[in-house]
Amino acid sequence: MSTVEAAAGYKASRTLPIWAEVRRQASRRRTQLALGFMALLPVIVLLAFEFGGGRRDDDNDGGGGGAFSSMADLATSGGLNFALFGLAVSASFLLVVVVALFFGDTVASEASWGSLRYLLAVPVPRARLLGVKLIVAGGYSLLALLILVGTGLLIGTLRYGWSPLGSTIAAEIPPAEGVLRLLGITAYLATTLLVVAGLAFLLSVLTDAALGAVGGAVLLFIMSSILDQIDALGDIRSALPTHYADAWMGLLSTPVQTEDMAKGAISAVVYATIFWGAAFYRFTRKDVTS
Amino acid sequence: MSALSAGLRRALPRLNRRRVVPAAAALAVLAAAAVWAVRPAADPWSSEDLRLAGDGVELDARFYLPADRAGKVPAVLVAHGFGGTKDSVRSDAESLAEQGYAVLTYTARGFGRSTGEIHLDSPDHEVKDAQRLLDWLATRPEVTTDAANDPKVAVVGGSYGGALALLLAGQDQRVDAIVPQITWNDLGESLVPGGVFKKSWAGYFFGNGAATLTLGGSGRAQEQGDPACGRFAADVCKAYLQMATTGVPDETTSALLRKSSPATVLDKIKAPTLLIQGAVDSLFPLSEADANAKGIAATGTPVKVAWFTGGHDGGEGPGTDSDRVKYLTLQWLEHYLKGEGESPSDAFTWSRVAGFSAMDRDLVTNGYSADAYPGISGSGTTDVTVTGAAQPIANPPNGNPGAISSLPGIGGRLTSLLSGGVAMDIPGQHANWESAPLTDAIDVAGAPTVTVRAASPTGEATLFVKLYDIDPNGTSTLSAGLVAPVRLTGLPADIGQAQPVTVTLPAIVREIEAGHTIRITVATSDQSFLTPATPALYTVAVESTVTLPTLVGTPIADPGSVWWYALAGVLGVIILGLIVLLVIRRILHRRRDVTVVAEHADTPLVVKGLRKAYGDGFVAVQEISFTVQRGQVVGLLGPNGAGKTTTLRVLMGLTQPTAGEIYVFGHRLVSGAPILSRVGALVEGPGFLPHLSGYENLKAYWQATGRPWEDARFSEALEIAGLGDSVHRKTRKYSHGMRQRLAIAQAMLGLPELLVLDEPTDGLDPPQIAEMRRVLQRYATDGRAVLVSSHLLAEVEQTCTHAVVVNKGRIVASGQVDDIVGDSPSVQLDVSDVTTATRVLEELGVASVTTEGESSLIVDMNGTPRSEVVASLVTAGVGVDRLVPRRRLEDAFLSLVGDNSRGSGDR
Repeated sequence: MSTVEAAAGYKASRTLPIWAEVRRQASRRRTQLALGFMALLPVIVLLAFEFGGGRRDDDNDGGGGGAFSSMADLATSGGLNFALFGLAVSASFLLVVVVALFFGDTVASEASWGSLRYLLAVPVPRARLLGVKLIVAGGYSLLALLILVGTGLLIGTLRYGWSPLGSTIAAEIPPAEGVLRLLGITAYLATTLLVVAGLAFLLSVLTDAALGAVGGAVLLFIMSSILDQIDALGDIRSALPTHYADAWMGLLSTPVQTEDMAKGAISAVVYATIFWGAAFYRFTRKDVTS
Repeated sequence: MSALSAGLRRALPRLNRRRVVPAAAALAVLAAAAVWAVRPAADPWSSEDLRLAGDGVELDARFYLPADRAGKVPAVLVAHGFGGTKDSVRSDAESLAEQGYAVLTYTARGFGRSTGEIHLDSPDHEVKDAQRLLDWLATRPEVTTDAANDPKVAVVGGSYGGALALLLAGQDQRVDAIVPQITWNDLGESLVPGGVFKKSWAGYFFGNGAATLTLGGSGRAQEQGDPACGRFAADVCKAYLQMATTGVPDETTSALLRKSSPATVLDKIKAPTLLIQGAVDSLFPLSEADANAKGIAATGTPVKVAWFTGGHDGGEGPGTDSDRVKYLTLQWLEHYLKGEGESPSDAFTWSRVAGFSAMDRDLVTNGYSADAYPGISGSGTTDVTVTGAAQPIANPPNGNPGAISSLPGIGGRLTSLLSGGVAMDIPGQHANWESAPLTDAIDVAGAPTVTVRAASPTGEATLFVKLYDIDPNGTSTLSAGLVAPVRLTGLPADIGQAQPVTVTLPAIVREIEAGHTIRITVATSDQSFLTPATPALYTVAVESTVTLPTLVGTPIADPGSVWWYALAGVLGVIILGLIVLLVIRRILHRRRDVTVVAEHADTPLVVKGLRKAYGDGFVAVQEISFTVQRGQVVGLLGPNGAGKTTTLRVLMGLTQPTAGEIYVFGHRLVSGAPILSRVGALVEGPGFLPHLSGYENLKAYWQATGRPWEDARFSEALEIAGLGDSVHRKTRKYSHGMRQRLAIAQAMLGLPELLVLDEPTDGLDPPQIAEMRRVLQRYATDGRAVLVSSHLLAEVEQTCTHAVVVNKGRIVASGQVDDIVGDSPSVQLDVSDVTTATRVLEELGVASVTTEGESSLIVDMNGTPRSEVVASLVTAGVGVDRLVPRRRLEDAFLSLVGDNSRGSGDR
């Protein structure tokens, strides 16, 4: 009579350890490329400033470029501004794609390889599988963000020096506080990206096509950004997940303005909870047919 | 691109009824939410347009009533600013009506569609008009009255309307409360401050009044007045022309301006007064409200003052400011008109610019409050020393070129007025005195004072004194664009003999940060003012001490910080929800069915009445029951689409069965049940991470199980896979057969007691198939069991000890392979003469003879020995080429399944 419930050494809470999933993802080319590009981008930007410089004085068109052009003008004023510039140019698209990639690809790619069913037959409990995937995707996304900021800060400081964080909308911020502000901006961007993370993860669970999950999340994010620009929509826009995407600029003024950031964080957290909740609800009930 | 669209197409869910219905429902909810959000709401008020006549003029008015009023309500008379109409105050009126007040708005005489001429809030004209409006309000049955012909009424208005509120309250005691905003105390002092004519503002308004001559009336007959005066009354027009020509108001003009000034009636105002004044206002600066407040308070009438960052130059200011002003107004009316709510405190509130809004480039202000109104001299002072020698400065002829301080009438200049940009001085026409960088920030709130000495060859000088805030980068800001014009007379020609004159600069609200410097500039020209036409050279000196009034206040809690609490609340709710969810899961997990069905405890697999119907109505498995015992190799045999794979999928917990149970070693199998760890599986082909080698894949798989490394029995599994060195190549480069073998090896990792293989020989070559057969047969020893699914008869026949034949989701036969195969009662005969053979056989008494092809017969022997059949045929002269016993499973399979080889589906 063998009445043991499971094979020797099997314990549901020990299946798919986080490190195993980290290694699974780390060995993938797309992970390496995404992280590598995060480190490469500041270098490319630096080279662009170095070789493309000298003619920037003829674009003093005033308000034309708005905050962006002023941020570009300030980017070479010091390491903090350089890192900030790297963040600002990546925030609206590059980071969205990277986060969508980490979250959208994680379940869908296992499904498309056919390895998902073997994980479930181990058996890795479905909620645990999602939980581990979520944590690891989140970890990689955060790592990507930190690599971007860290590399920017490092090479920016090496090239342009350790100067106060300047902005056109407020007084200069001393370097020590500037680092805190930069970290705050990074943290806020990470929070707003939760929307993309939630959406991509939900799509990843709903579909077997990794490309569909990543592309779908990016597509919807861009659509939300476009809708946000239509003033006629009025207050409805506040409910759009991208409405508060630029609220981090409040951290550049003195004293900091955090009202919109709080609103943005609420919006992002609520959206992410809904999307992730739906993902868990769906995945723990669905028939895995791939 | 095509890859992308293909990917997207795959990503999009297939449309079927199960998906369309919830999707449509979700869309409908979204659409409903969108419609609800933009729906035209019913106005919470009703309004009627009126023409109220009296004293020869007809006023264009509109009367609002709250829609849900019970009984009589107090009234609010809302007066508009100069150049406006009843429509300019529409939104204010509507929001007041929404708050439960009867609201009367009207267009003052001389404006819009009202008739009459502009008399500048004259007590004999505009104020009397307003008194008649009070009479009218008293007649309305909806309006609360204090006594007969005495309505309960407040007057609210800005600028021109604010002065009307003050003048009306001074002239008519029926007014119960007033809220005058950004208005004047003494019109003469406002238009000719320090004896210098404020030509740009005066001209702007004069032009505004004249413009109504052509623009106003919209088709109504206009009284064709003097083109020079527009709709201004003759005396007002004359006064303007006089003042603008000479720069100095004469007796008549002064008297006229005086008459239109609330300063004359302040002691008669008994209505509680809320004075709201803007700090960015070069027309009616904070000092005007200060004078009004002092005058009214002197008689004991309740007065409250509030400043905001806005005004005639700054507009209504940032959102936080206009919210605060609206709140104060409503609070004032609530108490003094409705008699509800606590009496508003004496607290004085003001705001200071904090920076720019990140979202809309607007200014952001922080609100402060102090216990009492300190006036414009602050609650304290800080002296700053400025240095510089006496300097000569030139007065340009006719004031041209002139320095710029503010740009009256442009509006929306708040940003540039508060952060530098507009102000500009002309070289040679100004002199500077600058301080050292401040060691501490100074919160300036009030009117700074400086002492100036000046010398002029003509004995007279018109000077403009300004205070600049200069940041460490050298950017200078003239706060709010405010300057103090002074007209000095009786000056000596030599600066040494000049007497010091104290100049009070306009009141400002500004934090001058540490590290900034203060610069006092004395200039001879300003484009906003009329300066002497003759060129002259003055000498000016500024005494070293600049006195800055300061004010310490308590920051008003930023209403925005409430969002952080909301965020904390949201996070709290989410975390709480998560905890509850986890606890419920834990409880459910504890309560789950862990009983072991004793009778099946030693049986690797029992499938009972399994049924799987998909959401779209397709039934993949009708009903399947079978058992796998230890030591057995059971073949699940059936054509493609018979339901084999679906059965295995349910068996692996990938799919939920519609009905039926599965027991593995007596444990009920549900999705993710731990008992699955004793089952190894290959279902629907291999699934590997393409970027890893075969070996790494097996390792990654075993890591995912979380089980001890030594339990994996790696070497045995690798031997079964038989991949040799290829095991270290990436699986994406594997052939189909290699992948298949690796998948079987993966299924065997840890030597599970039940091995489930779906089409294991798919892609293998014949020697490998033979090898696999041996492996599986060997595997089923030691109490282990194997379940193999296949559509290949030979495979099952050769590999399995038992077979379960399924077709169209049902079992058509099951049992030992030998039993199923059995001794078939029939043989196949190839004979030379079919006709004769048939006859001979029928004579022998066989059960049936069927012709198959040209020379073949299928004969059901019915117990007749085969030797006898052959002997009889040969005897009859029929040549027997071949006799094949029909004992192959194929026979059974085909006879059981029938010739319908089409599956019940393609799943």
